[in-house]
Amino acid sequence: MSDYTLKIRRHNPEQGDAPYWAEYPVDLEGHRSVLDGILQARDRIDGSIGIRCSCQAAICGSCGVRVNGRARLACNTKLSEAAEAAEEGPITVEPMGNMPVLKDLIVNMDAVHWKKVQRIVPWLLPAGPPPEREYVVPAESMIDVTQAMACIHCGACVSDCLSMEVDPLFIGPAALAKAYRFVGDPRDAQDEERLRDLAEDPHGIYDCTHCFNCIEVCPKGVAPMDQIMRLRRRATRDFEISDQNNGRRHEHAFTSIIRKKGTLDERKLLQDSFGPLRPQGAVELIRALPTGLRGFARGKITPKTALLHEKLPGIENVRRIYDHAEEHHEELNLYIVGEGGEAEEKEPAMGETPEVTT
Amino acid sequence: MPEHDVLVIGAGLAGQRAALSAAREGASVGIISKVHPVRSHSNAAQGGINAALNPEDSWESHAYDTVKGSDFLGDQDAIEIMCREAPDELLELEHMGVTFHRNPEGLLGTRAFGGASAARTYYVADITGQAILHVLYEQLMKHSEVRRYEEWFTTGLVLDESGHCAGAITRDLRDGSMELFKAKSVILATGGNGQCFKPTTNALICTGDGISMAYRIGAPLMDMEMVQYHPTTLAGNGLLITEGARGEGAHLYNALGERFMEKYAPNKMELASRDVVSRAEQTEINEGRGFPDGTVALDITVVPRKRVHEALREIVNVGRDFAGVDITKEPIHIKPGNHYAMGGIKTDVDGQTEVPGLYAAGECACVSVHGGNRLGANSLLDTLVFGRRAGAHAAARAREVVLNPPSDALLADEEQRISELIGRDRGSARRVSELKQELGETMDRHCAVFRDAEGLNAALETVHRLKDEYQGVAIDDRGSIFNQDVLAAIELGYMLDCAEATVIGAIHRTESRGAQFRTDFPERNDEEWLKHINLTLGGDGEPHISYSPVTITQWQPEERKY
Repeated sequence: MSDYTLKIRRHNPEQGDAPYWAEYPVDLEGHRSVLDGILQARDRIDGSIGIRCSCQAAICGSCGVRVNGRARLACNTKLSEAAEAAEEGPITVEPMGNMPVLKDLIVNMDAVHWKKVQRIVPWLLPAGPPPEREYVVPAESMIDVTQAMACIHCGACVSDCLSMEVDPLFIGPAALAKAYRFVGDPRDAQDEERLRDLAEDPHGIYDCTHCFNCIEVCPKGVAPMDQIMRLRRRATRDFEISDQNNGRRHEHAFTSIIRKKGTLDERKLLQDSFGPLRPQGAVELIRALPTGLRGFARGKITPKTALLHEKLPGIENVRRIYDHAEEHHEELNLYIVGEGGEAEEKEPAMGETPEVTT
Repeated sequence: MPEHDVLVIGAGLAGQRAALSAAREGASVGIISKVHPVRSHSNAAQGGINAALNPEDSWESHAYDTVKGSDFLGDQDAIEIMCREAPDELLELEHMGVTFHRNPEGLLGTRAFGGASAARTYYVADITGQAILHVLYEQLMKHSEVRRYEEWFTTGLVLDESGHCAGAITRDLRDGSMELFKAKSVILATGGNGQCFKPTTNALICTGDGISMAYRIGAPLMDMEMVQYHPTTLAGNGLLITEGARGEGAHLYNALGERFMEKYAPNKMELASRDVVSRAEQTEINEGRGFPDGTVALDITVVPRKRVHEALREIVNVGRDFAGVDITKEPIHIKPGNHYAMGGIKTDVDGQTEVPGLYAAGECACVSVHGGNRLGANSLLDTLVFGRRAGAHAAARAREVVLNPPSDALLADEEQRISELIGRDRGSARRVSELKQELGETMDRHCAVFRDAEGLNAALETVHRLKDEYQGVAIDDRGSIFNQDVLAAIELGYMLDCAEATVIGAIHRTESRGAQFRTDFPERNDEEWLKHINLTLGGDGEPHISYSPVTITQWQPEERKY
């Protein structure tokens, strides 16, 4: 009797056929993993099913695939959970996105992920020769970068990154999280240069659109988007880098508007982001006109909303969030607070400054 | 046809360290790995790396602990080198960028580990191996002069006319093409062979490739009977719970709620060396004081919650994802499980095997620094120190010798062998996976914590039968691109060699020492067995047994108590 059915997307370019779906019955208990299921199908039915896998313990990062359309490690996705998510149908397993498929579930990570990692200058750049003994650095700083070090380069975040789908040149969540590993490392002497480089790159830190997909799909709690936000904070707060992408002004405009009105006033956002007196601002305003007109045509913008933007009722609560965030601006991560900040004694973790840019 | 001064096979810690070290000596270096380097099993080393760096500690103390841990089978000259060089190795890693845990003063901080008389284990949370592996890979990305061949599988080593190792034959997984790599020195850093056992903490890639390939071209294997069972693995899937958990203070209980280590190791308790703790657990289980699922309990709830999040984060994940247990709230059921091969290709302290030009380092090698039982957090150290030394020596050798190119006919023969395997008719042959399953279960039944002649002989019989059956093994995948089916078949051949050597060594050693406990010979017998068992492949295709002495410098064998 088969307990589950896996519907696997197969493709072997050698055979010249188009990709196709094939179903495999799996005879395993629900607590076993999707990888166990795939391996059973490979062992019993078709030895040619291609998937990279090794540790079976969510450590090596080999078995990144999409299960029911979301990037996961096959080895730490339980069959029962996957079946539940699939509702009535079989569990679908397909290769990760944003990377070319080599065969079946195997994608070309070199062509995308590792190239982007190489882009961020992924090695420590200390000032001068090393000390005789170890570098003396704050204990917290090492724990802090451990979250980024926990990345196993499985590619799940790269796969499901919406920004990368639109802009394949986006450096992307994994490589930028890796960049924070150096920027946050006090032994690295090139933090400002790194930040300037990543801020000025049109495909750099301001190319992230906060879709949260990378945080949701990361199997190791690296929270790549959080690391990108920390890179931005370091770039703006510590080094006041005004980038050519206007990322810093945009971010500032966004947070100021929300603080003032509680919701986003998009008319003001464009003006404040670019500044009406700056030539680039005027260009952007003209470029945004068609979007505005389409909004009018579809009723999304009315003359009233275009002219008036009312404050959110209870705006004082929004400001309290701001105040709280500003008082608690220490950087927290999983290695310090645990899941959902449960290790903190009194207050829930609100230590992360809420990032409210677009 | 790629050609390098030094060719490194395997890109875990030992391989990457060897490649960087050879490159620093000016050699042209190629490094081949059947998986992307960051997928290597060094990742799984959670707990840390030992070094006597603190001024109050000493390399002699570290060395003595290691000698005692090895049950006096480790070679003391090699152990002295490893422990003396440990502090510099650690500092070099720190300078490269490993994010080691710091104490409140900002200096490198330590945790306690099994079998050690001082807290000398340096760590990155419980992802130490991963952190070091990734930092070494950063250095490989930086030093682009080291040529990387990622996802290339090695099918065999080649000798030149004078019997020197002169390269390897490999298959590019991406397209199935084969290449003869030529090199003046070849370094094997292919890891262990834990897949011979099921369950195991080892990854699917740990199939003893290098051990078998070296054996096939005449290099002796040593201490192969010494197989470590780690005291804390999950029942069923064999996943590892780091010794760091006990290092942080976790306790072991049997089903009666007794902290049973009091009986077996009253001084070191849970932090006795691994063979001792595993034997204690297995005794409790065998005598009916375990849980119905054949386990005992590891209680991590005694470790402060904040400390667990900071230092044992990965174990929180493993407990949650693979056992459905929140380790901060309740004990987790564990048992001894296959973990590490102390034995391997016999080398000297520079990684040289007995085949000229062939080196080995890391788990596939046997220097021997671990003897009968490896101490926790000494394996990372072994890979790094001897990886570096092998790399440097191999580079020095390459400066002195001229390449005597191996014959291209070797490549043609190997291509023929592989394509015959791919094209073979299935007939009634069992699948690779079935043979592998039977091998793993057999080894775990008869060649585990407790062994005896009857079980070992039964295991040997099974291994021989599987070897025969393997000759006709067939596969499904006829393709060239990522034909993982054919790799699995070749890997099974490697595993069968390793398993055979392990069982033969275990049968032959009629005493109990370190990880080898013979219920029919329960005492250590220094008079007869204070020596290494070496196995060499004879011209008749059979393993031949010889012995080599244990090197003793300053620590005479004594009774071993924890």
